Amino acid sequence: MAEEEGYAQPDTVEAAISLLGMAGRDARVMAGGTDVLVQLHMEMIDPDLIVDIKNIPELRTISEDGGRFRIGAAVSGMELMDHAAFNATWPGVMDGVALIGSIQVKGRASIGGNLCNASPAADSVPPMIAAGAVAVIAGPSGKREVPVEDVIVGPGKNSLDAGEIVLAFMFPSRAPHSGDCYMRLTPRTEMDIAVVGAAVNLTLNDAGDCVAARVALGAVAATPLLVAEAANALIGTKVDDAALAKMAAAVSAACKPIDDKRGTIKYRTKTAAVIARRAAEKALERARGN
Amino acid sequence: MSKKIHVTTTVNGDEYEFLCEPNQTLVNVLRNELELTGTKEGCSTGDCGACSVTLDGALVCSCLVLACEANGKSIETIEGMADGEQLTPLQRVFLELNGLQCGICTPGILIAAKALLERNPDPTETEVRFWLAGNLCRCTGYDKIIRSVLAAAEEMRGHQNA
Amino acid sequence: MHKILEESGYSADKKLKIVGTNPVKHDGPDKVTGRAKFGADLIVPGMLFGKILRSPHPHAVLKSIDTSRAKAMPGVKAVVTGADFPEIEQGTGWGDMTRNIMAREKVYYEGHPIAAVAATSETIAKKALKLIEVEYEVLLHVIDLLEATRPDAPILHDYLRTNGVEGAEDKQTNVVQRFDLSMGDVEKGFAAADFIVEREFDSKPMHQGYIEPQGCVASCSEDGQIDLWCTTQGTHVFRDRLSEILKTDSAKIRVTQSEMGGGFGGKTSFYAEPVAIVLSQKARRPVKIVLTRNEVFRATGPVAGSRSRIKMGATKDGKITAAEAELSFQTGAFSGSGFTNAAQAMFTRYALENIKTVSQEVVSNRPKVNAFRAPCVPQVVFGVEGIISELACKIGMDPIDFRLKNAAAKGYTTLYGVTFERIGFVETLEAAKNSDHYTSPVPEGQGRGVSSGFWFNRGGDTTGSLTITPDGSVTILLGTSDVAGSRISISMMAAEELGIPLDKVRAVFADTSSIGNNRVTAGSRTTFSVGIVIVDSARKAITEMVRRAAEIWGVPEEEVVFEDGYFRPASSNVGDFDPLSIADIASRTSISHGAISGHSEMNVTGEGPGFGLHIADVAVDKETGRVDVKRYTVVEDAGKAIHPLQVEGQFQGGAVQGIGWALNEEYVYGEDGFLQNPNFLDYRMPVASDVPMIDTVIVEVANPNHPYGLRGVGEVPVVPALGAVGNAIGDAIGIRPQSLPMSPPKLLELIDSID
Repeated sequence: MAEEEGYAQPDTVEAAISLLGMAGRDARVMAGGTDVLVQLHMEMIDPDLIVDIKNIPELRTISEDGGRFRIGAAVSGMELMDHAAFNATWPGVMDGVALIGSIQVKGRASIGGNLCNASPAADSVPPMIAAGAVAVIAGPSGKREVPVEDVIVGPGKNSLDAGEIVLAFMFPSRAPHSGDCYMRLTPRTEMDIAVVGAAVNLTLNDAGDCVAARVALGAVAATPLLVAEAANALIGTKVDDAALAKMAAAVSAACKPIDDKRGTIKYRTKTAAVIARRAAEKALERARGN
Repeated sequence: MSKKIHVTTTVNGDEYEFLCEPNQTLVNVLRNELELTGTKEGCSTGDCGACSVTLDGALVCSCLVLACEANGKSIETIEGMADGEQLTPLQRVFLELNGLQCGICTPGILIAAKALLERNPDPTETEVRFWLAGNLCRCTGYDKIIRSVLAAAEEMRGHQNA
Repeated sequence: MHKILEESGYSADKKLKIVGTNPVKHDGPDKVTGRAKFGADLIVPGMLFGKILRSPHPHAVLKSIDTSRAKAMPGVKAVVTGADFPEIEQGTGWGDMTRNIMAREKVYYEGHPIAAVAATSETIAKKALKLIEVEYEVLLHVIDLLEATRPDAPILHDYLRTNGVEGAEDKQTNVVQRFDLSMGDVEKGFAAADFIVEREFDSKPMHQGYIEPQGCVASCSEDGQIDLWCTTQGTHVFRDRLSEILKTDSAKIRVTQSEMGGGFGGKTSFYAEPVAIVLSQKARRPVKIVLTRNEVFRATGPVAGSRSRIKMGATKDGKITAAEAELSFQTGAFSGSGFTNAAQAMFTRYALENIKTVSQEVVSNRPKVNAFRAPCVPQVVFGVEGIISELACKIGMDPIDFRLKNAAAKGYTTLYGVTFERIGFVETLEAAKNSDHYTSPVPEGQGRGVSSGFWFNRGGDTTGSLTITPDGSVTILLGTSDVAGSRISISMMAAEELGIPLDKVRAVFADTSSIGNNRVTAGSRTTFSVGIVIVDSARKAITEMVRRAAEIWGVPEEEVVFEDGYFRPASSNVGDFDPLSIADIASRTSISHGAISGHSEMNVTGEGPGFGLHIADVAVDKETGRVDVKRYTVVEDAGKAIHPLQVEGQFQGGAVQGIGWALNEEYVYGEDGFLQNPNFLDYRMPVASDVPMIDTVIVEVANPNHPYGLRGVGEVPVVPALGAVGNAIGDAIGIRPQSLPMSPPKLLELIDSID
């Protein structure tokens, strides 16, 4: 690859890692480009080299093995929306994917990019955390697996080391009577960044008691939050109004939001509880339907 | 400064070659290099949809695509929509039902609407509205745009308008 | 006085063939194929790209600019600063205007232009901007309307003294002007009232939100000739202002308008255009400048923010006896908000006898505002209509009945001295009352609100001409920008006058050198004024053709009549002559008296005021404050809808702009004086999924001053929208908001304050 090329399109993981590791060059990974190109336009970044990973086959495939889905990190939102089996298994994750942006944005945007861009308000991240998804990462030191909740470490900051890229996301298999849901609060119906977001994933036993739950929040802290106390409020209950109220209180308690042009601390803390409760109700409905 | 990149691409069925900088966007090249000014640039951040095109069949904002990504791919813009000398039903119905006022959002809306009807020939009003949520219009209040898409869809499905 | 202004020839009985139908507009095919050329779409050989360097400070002294490194960069062909513009004294109208285009002594808002570069590529131009070295002395800034009026506020213009205040001390101030407008005796009026409501309201600046950023190409010659292609609401206005600030004869400046991708008032002023011209003069090549969306938000003219205190009183049988208002408007860095409209229009649809208003305009470190539809009026009508509905409720009257009881009609003299001729407010209210929407019950869990509105509509300086070609087809030359499709309505009127098929008529926009003066496309004046002028031109052409027919037949002119596109003998006594078509006469022009055309230049008067009533149903999520507009109807008097689908489109577009303004649109500033949401992500305009279908009822109370009875419709549709949505929300949650926008966090606070 010529030294002065500003754009490269490797077709293997090894080639991509090698390009990212080239000494003296500020290289940037690009999948759908819906964050990178905005940042380029706003002159927030000025990389020497853009490494376009959409040509690497294993980053673009969706596969399923024994009920466990593997989603390539550069699969576009629309490709995911068109995958009937994944939609049926993880409707909550798809709630988030559907809200990443417009049809045009989803035509390109990927869950890998949504995660690595590390916005606290990223829509696909809370439901992936709630699902227990794991990111498969490759870099100069080899491969590793990291739970999605450990990837974002701060606004715009991810825990990837230099030269690493996310290859894919592994989703666990689904127990019967499981359901997930992501909801967010925005002033308009579309095209906004979440003011608060909440994802709930729960599993019931045959008697209708909640035996497992994960609750994740977006846009209410410097990173998306996995809130164990909120989940614990549901586990062992029939997810009745009392349990939901406890969960909502735990959600409010966990919020550490900021005041910004999208919402105030007070507003976010209050509405996060409302949205989490509604997401839980929907997840419950889905679980009961499975 | 980075070397320019040589790109070969197909736009509306015609082959084009151009040179572009690595950071140049597709909308910029379509309008300036290829002189296809039908695609408009309203915001450069993917929030208004005026730059909508299809890229290998996917509806995208061309301000969010690097021009060099177009290499070897197939792009459709508003200039390629009409069927030879004939306007498509979508274009014609927009004119008949006054689905446009100033017309700046119209190319993006038509490209997006075409993509919708290819995927779902019988959308509901809500489905049309959510599909077009990425296309801002400031003149019409969307009413006649939605009516035009629904009416065109009905015509294309082979029914007569009442 | 022009004949047509004395005698329009309007008749309610006239059988119309074309006016009132919905033909496909002639600019339509180009717009659905991508062929239509907007401001940024012109490509000229040898064109350079211009980029503007902008102030990073909201308020500072501009101490020095060193452009030497930028000039030296390969590919850079010109660099300009304020020093390259003619000197004009500070504190004058033109002095303000030229300084808004390019800063001189100081910068007044973050984003204020201070220099510009023209280069062979956009990339080079952007890089060159970074090489320009600027020294600033940063000053304290003020961005809040109230804070700018405090005695210790940072002063923007040290020469500014408040106009309109008698015996004003020689004191530095940010208050530009005070405007008093009153009639009758409000003290007596309030004393007679059984119910009085007094409330305070506020609104934030917002933006017109046109999807097309400003784009232009300027090309200049060594002899001073300037050619400008641009998106604009006023080619002549641009030309004449350029003439002043560039000190060049108007005749040497030719402004050609592109298609315009939305203006709504925001493109009645220029921003990048003078810069492109000065760059082109220096570079001696054409220069194109297209603003980015970020620049559009930060540095074009937004809509004025406001604070108001409004008080109204009424008797228990529903008569409003007095109205009072204290209004404050934020004009940004320089004066020019049009704020006097507010006092004149805010109560003007009700037949009030006792009104007292005091208004002021205040500068602050924000971009200078520009017009929007009905400048400065919707944001105060938001308050007025809230109080009106509140009074109706206290009295126990239906909200529309209360408005009907106080509705102005013909013969009412407004507080600005105009006596209404025939107006359609009563008819509009009655149509609203009988509408499907109003007569259906409010769905469970929703709230309903109504609000009315008024706009003067304007006439003004208008020129147009019409030529009959030898084959009988007709070309029309227009000089007033077509913002949304007025050219088809004008062509329809011409075809109707001439009795020929619409397809035989084509309208084109003349540049400023090809046609006489036209005022801006604003004030809802275009279809009205240009219609009058073109009808006048058509009638002049017909008069000439009558003369020619008479000559062909050898009979006196009085014996020739024109009917349905044909010239006939007035009676069989005159002679047995076959009728002559327009084409018959036009084909002989080279052997008779030459080409047939009609032209007309006038200061159009006789405009008919517009009135509207909006009905909104909303659902409010009481746990989050989110609002869903469920149903919306616009009822408005159009006088005569020349092209009903176009008129409906204006109603619907204005209503949705109002919905956006009511619910979510606002400029968000940080304490640091920086605009935080200069993009479409966080400046939240309605998207398609945010609104329902907008139902429309076109009321037609003809304005007899216009040949077809037309009234302007462009601005009225926004005026009631804020009040309608506000009243609906008030109905839904039990407390009527007083602050715009009515965004979810603010509504949730209101909702919680009730519990």
